[in-house]
Amino acid sequence: MAEQKVTGHHILLRHRDIPEIGEFEVYTAQGGFETFKKVVTTMEPEAIKQLVLDSGLRGRGGAGFPTGRKWMFVDDNNWPHYLVVNADESEPGTFKDREIMSKNPWQFLEGIMCSAFAIGANDIYIYLRGEFWQIAHELDRQIEKLHAESLLGEKLFGTDYALNIYTHLGAGAYICGEETALLNSIEGIMGQPRLRPPFPPAVGLYGKPTVVNNVETLANVALILEKGAAWYRSFGTAESAGTKVFSLSGRVKKPGNYELPLGTTYRQLIYEYGGGIMGDGKIKGIMSAGASSAVIVATDEVLDTPMAYESVPSLGADLGSASVIILDETVDMRWLINKTIDFFKHESCGKCTPCREGTFWMQKLTTRIASGDAGEADVELLHNVAKNMQGKCLCALGEFSTMAVASSIERFSEDFKV
Amino acid sequence: MAEQVKENTVTLTIDGVEVAVPQGTLVVDAAKIAGQDIPVFCYHPKMEPVGMCRMCLVDIGYPVKDRNTGEAVLNEDGTPKIQFGRTLVTGCTQVVSEGMVVVGYSEKVQQARKDVLEFFLTSHPLDCPICDKGGECPLQNLTLAYGPGESRFNYDEKKKNLKHVPLGDLIFLDRERCIHCARCTRFQEEIVDDPVIGFYNRGRSLEITTWSEPGFDSYWSGNTTDICPVGALTTADFRFGARPWEMLEVASICRECPVGCNLTLNTRREAKSGGKMVVKRVMPRQNEQVNELWICDKGRFGYHYASADDRLTTPLIRKEGEFIPASWDEALSLAAEKMQAAGSRLVSVAGGQLSNEDYFHIGQLTEHLGGKAVLYSNMMGGDLTTKVGMGPGSNLADLGAGDAILVVASDLEEEAPLYWLRVKQAAERGATLIVANPRATKTDRYAAHIIRYEYGQEAAAILALSLDRIGDSDLADESFKQAAKAFAEAENAVVFFGSEGTGMAQSDALSKACANLLIATGHTGRPNNGLVGVWDKGNVQGGWDMGLQPSATLFDDLKAAKAAYVVGADLAGDNPAYKQALAQAEFVVVQELHHTATMELADVVLPAQSFMEREGTLTSGERRVQRYYPAVPPAGESKADFAITAEIAAMAGKELESVSAGLVFLGIVGKFKDYADLDYQALAEVSEQWPIIGREDLYYGGTGYANHQGLGVLLGTAAGRGEPVLIDGFDLPDTGVDGLLAVPVTRLYDQGNNLRYAAVMFPRIASSYVSLNPADAAGLGESVVVELNGFQVEVALKLDENVPQGIVVVPRSFGLPISAPTPVVVKN
Ligand SMILES: Cc1cc2nc3c(=O)[nH]c(=O)nc-3n(C[C@H](O)[C@H](O)[C@H](O)COP(=O)(O)O)c2cc1C
Ligand code: SF4
Ligand code: SF4
Ligand code: SF4
Ligand code: FES
Repeated sequence: MAEQKVTGHHILLRHRDIPEIGEFEVYTAQGGFETFKKVVTTMEPEAIKQLVLDSGLRGRGGAGFPTGRKWMFVDDNNWPHYLVVNADESEPGTFKDREIMSKNPWQFLEGIMCSAFAIGANDIYIYLRGEFWQIAHELDRQIEKLHAESLLGEKLFGTDYALNIYTHLGAGAYICGEETALLNSIEGIMGQPRLRPPFPPAVGLYGKPTVVNNVETLANVALILEKGAAWYRSFGTAESAGTKVFSLSGRVKKPGNYELPLGTTYRQLIYEYGGGIMGDGKIKGIMSAGASSAVIVATDEVLDTPMAYESVPSLGADLGSASVIILDETVDMRWLINKTIDFFKHESCGKCTPCREGTFWMQKLTTRIASGDAGEADVELLHNVAKNMQGKCLCALGEFSTMAVASSIERFSEDFKV
Repeated sequence: MAEQVKENTVTLTIDGVEVAVPQGTLVVDAAKIAGQDIPVFCYHPKMEPVGMCRMCLVDIGYPVKDRNTGEAVLNEDGTPKIQFGRTLVTGCTQVVSEGMVVVGYSEKVQQARKDVLEFFLTSHPLDCPICDKGGECPLQNLTLAYGPGESRFNYDEKKKNLKHVPLGDLIFLDRERCIHCARCTRFQEEIVDDPVIGFYNRGRSLEITTWSEPGFDSYWSGNTTDICPVGALTTADFRFGARPWEMLEVASICRECPVGCNLTLNTRREAKSGGKMVVKRVMPRQNEQVNELWICDKGRFGYHYASADDRLTTPLIRKEGEFIPASWDEALSLAAEKMQAAGSRLVSVAGGQLSNEDYFHIGQLTEHLGGKAVLYSNMMGGDLTTKVGMGPGSNLADLGAGDAILVVASDLEEEAPLYWLRVKQAAERGATLIVANPRATKTDRYAAHIIRYEYGQEAAAILALSLDRIGDSDLADESFKQAAKAFAEAENAVVFFGSEGTGMAQSDALSKACANLLIATGHTGRPNNGLVGVWDKGNVQGGWDMGLQPSATLFDDLKAAKAAYVVGADLAGDNPAYKQALAQAEFVVVQELHHTATMELADVVLPAQSFMEREGTLTSGERRVQRYYPAVPPAGESKADFAITAEIAAMAGKELESVSAGLVFLGIVGKFKDYADLDYQALAEVSEQWPIIGREDLYYGGTGYANHQGLGVLLGTAAGRGEPVLIDGFDLPDTGVDGLLAVPVTRLYDQGNNLRYAAVMFPRIASSYVSLNPADAAGLGESVVVELNGFQVEVALKLDENVPQGIVVVPRSFGLPISAPTPVVVKN
């Protein structure tokens, strides 16, 4: 993946504007950690939560839940509180958090530190997928540096506030990106989702109120606190404030991460930044949110749709983590759904029946369908199985697994004609 | 009160049936109360819901409220407007709310059930014809009720998996049949706190495995086979043994420990057993006041002695050193003649597992002949439990916050597993648990206060717990004082005393100290207060209640006996000293089930019926009198113990009922004050229990049996009747020894006569051993010679940090003669 330079207006991928920002000295020369100091020494947690709410920042992990609101749900009658950073980044087609953490680590760290203060947490856990062990090593060194600089530890800036950060590596399970499975994994028990409610802000890590936020979400926070809610709202749309890192992949000429204001159209992303379709072929479909996504038929109208939380649903899909996978005419949808189901069958945690059995069944069916050995009845059955799973699973993974299948059969019926 | 009930009650409608249930009730439980069916697999009423199987999906609607006024919005016809959710909801995780409408019969819900079942069946082997669960299988039943008639899954694509995985010696797992409901793992974790099995891997590869060495190391493992909703878990004892529909069910009571768990014996007549009626398996029978839905593995698998091949089937008379089969008349008249002639030198010894009717008759006969009747137990205090025992209206399930439980001198899970479970649960509900024992035990996990006294100091420790004596104790640290205070101030308080490290003298002092504590703190004569003996055998309390008592001079009594009448007790097998004593007795009558070391010394042998072959009553440690029933025909010519005694009595000139246990019971009612209000029929009465389980809907509670044959009755106590209760003064026993002190402790799986016949359990029974603190084991090898009470035995040596220094822990019934703390030598 070539690193794409779109210079001048990055909030998150600032290393693309400021080389060497990954060095502590360079970051501090840019005013780094001044916000954290200001927050700890002069601000009230309530005011910070309000400011983040006012900024319109929404969760970048997929669901787009307003971050400030989530923080306000934290139960102040139950202590301690924890901040858990979701750096599991396992959605196929998503590769933004790794760039943020490895290239612009100090901003990320300052963001999570400010966030921890806001929710009254003295401990932060960064949960990284196992494959991110190098990033975790780097983060560990950076955390050490922050201790050495007295930016972490006891009595920060002479106040009573204490803060520590720990990294925790997963063992390679997609489901551990789901926030409650993630908490189980940190606790050392099986990485399977918990029943919700109660939600983590009420009952989370070790049974204590916990905020789980995505890396990208929190990487915004220090700048929002520095520059204000209005500044942040000046990017994006009314309901989708700020910029978003779009992970573009698939049959495009220039795949990679692009940080663009929310509301940018698919056409801009694919043709302006992504350089268009490989071999200048014809675009066929778009997966708007990685493998979990329903597949959108890429009509002109679709291409002109803004990528924002409020507008993608009108296409029968979601913005999700904004991992945009491009399909062109060379892609056989039978092959595509077989690939996605291979993934979900492998990643289903097995806790609930429809997902455990359904992904297994769909995998058998799609394999037959992809190999051309199947009849129309199999396609119909597959569609029916996917539909039967919907609305019955314990967590969203099961639901995700049906998206590409059901939508492909419904929207690309040509590919399934025998 | 009425107001309060109303406030805490929620009214909802389930498939058209309106029902009022307590706040916080789950929708599936509310449905059960309303008599409506919401099928479940993973949910079990005794465990926290997990929402895994998705079988219980229902449509749930809520009354619409006006946003501004908060008033209910009405339909045109005046009924409240109900808003249903977009998706179905798992009824097992959803708590009821006022005005909720639950719909299970809609097409949408029926379709969902069908879909979920179809998902299950894609990976299910459908080997019902050879599956032990077939016929009582929730998956089978619910598929018939709700499932699809045909499979759309390509059979060749089924996942193959291992079908005979021994999770341990007692439980087998069929990985193809497992539906991943986690009932088994949650039972082990949540209920009995032995998290030795769990899931491994994920997705369709998720599988149950065991983490312990040896596998599935838990006294509770059999219960998982009851609650497993498919034939994935089966017992080594019953698997491939019979089909459920071939078997009859007979109510019984376990007598392996003083809890008195309610059992169902499943019987069938089979060619394999020569056309005889046999017991195929032992299952729990629900009694929420005793064993809930559970039994321990000893109760479940230990029953084989009652039907062993070497059962005695005819009376025997020794002639010229040889046993010669004899007629009942001949044997009985010889026994009667010798016993009558013995007069005051008759010693009757009754084992601890006999029935009340047997004890009653042994007592009556012995009294009539002027002899001495001895209860074969090393525990004392059975008279105190009649005075300050738990009393009517008690239920350990009622104990919780504000109450206190003291467990003293007991490794409770080893001595009485279900008591341990009930105590654990009370502690989890908030009761203050005080554990006083010289060694760490599993009970400590739930203790608010742990008191470690030295072996022999149990009575002193308990005496010190009464606040006026606390200053005297060198145990009196802060926690001890808090324990004393918590006990004294508890709303209700119960004391369980066991036999860890005690002999008769220690037990006598301990039981008195415990009774004293209860009286001093005002915890007597009320429900849920009082003393519970964790007896060393199942019906020791019944023996005491029938007027029998242990004898501290049993050796000498026997030596001097002109006739010894030993019923259901293997004295010689337990202790070589008794063997010597019996050998000196002039005439020995042994009434037994099978060959024992004691029987070898007999002059007359009378074959007795096992508990499966007759009826009668037992009295538990809590003093619940319970009935059991005949399940199979008697072995050979054997007779019920009480009948044999009655026939001897008749020949010796005393009329006793010899046919009907019910009539014997009438005699008991007439003679003993505590039993005066009882009635044999009333013991068989039942009332509704929660959870509601039963054969029709075994998906809900498991394969265990609903109770149709009696919950039993708790006896009254002297304190409860307001009679003044005084405890005699007593001496604190002196246990000071130079050198090592051997102390007896109880292991659930021992080498006693009962388990000798339970072949499936052999791998789980330890070979003979003693344990020592590593600090005392310098120079000792893995195998040692133990010199004890004048005998030498070679056993394995186990090192255990939990054993205090200077102590040799000797398990009872492991081939080492020990009945009380004793000086001991351990050498290579
Ligand atoms: C199957 C599954 C996988 C997920 N994986 C991730 C992930 O890798 N990273 C992530 O940030 N959120 C992931 N999520 C979303 C999280 O559960 C959670 O909503 C998110 O971390 C909240 O952070 P946010 O509010 O900042 O978006 C996943 C959710 C599901 C259901
Ligand atoms: S939907 Fe899939 S991943 Fe989620 S709990 Fe069920 S089996 Fe596990
Ligand atoms: S073995 Fe039985 S109880 Fe255990 S998870 Fe499987 S189906 Fe459930
Ligand atoms: S707990 Fe006691 S009474 Fe119950 S089954 Fe076990 S041994 Fe029998
Ligand atoms: S999900 Fe409710 S019973 Fe299994």
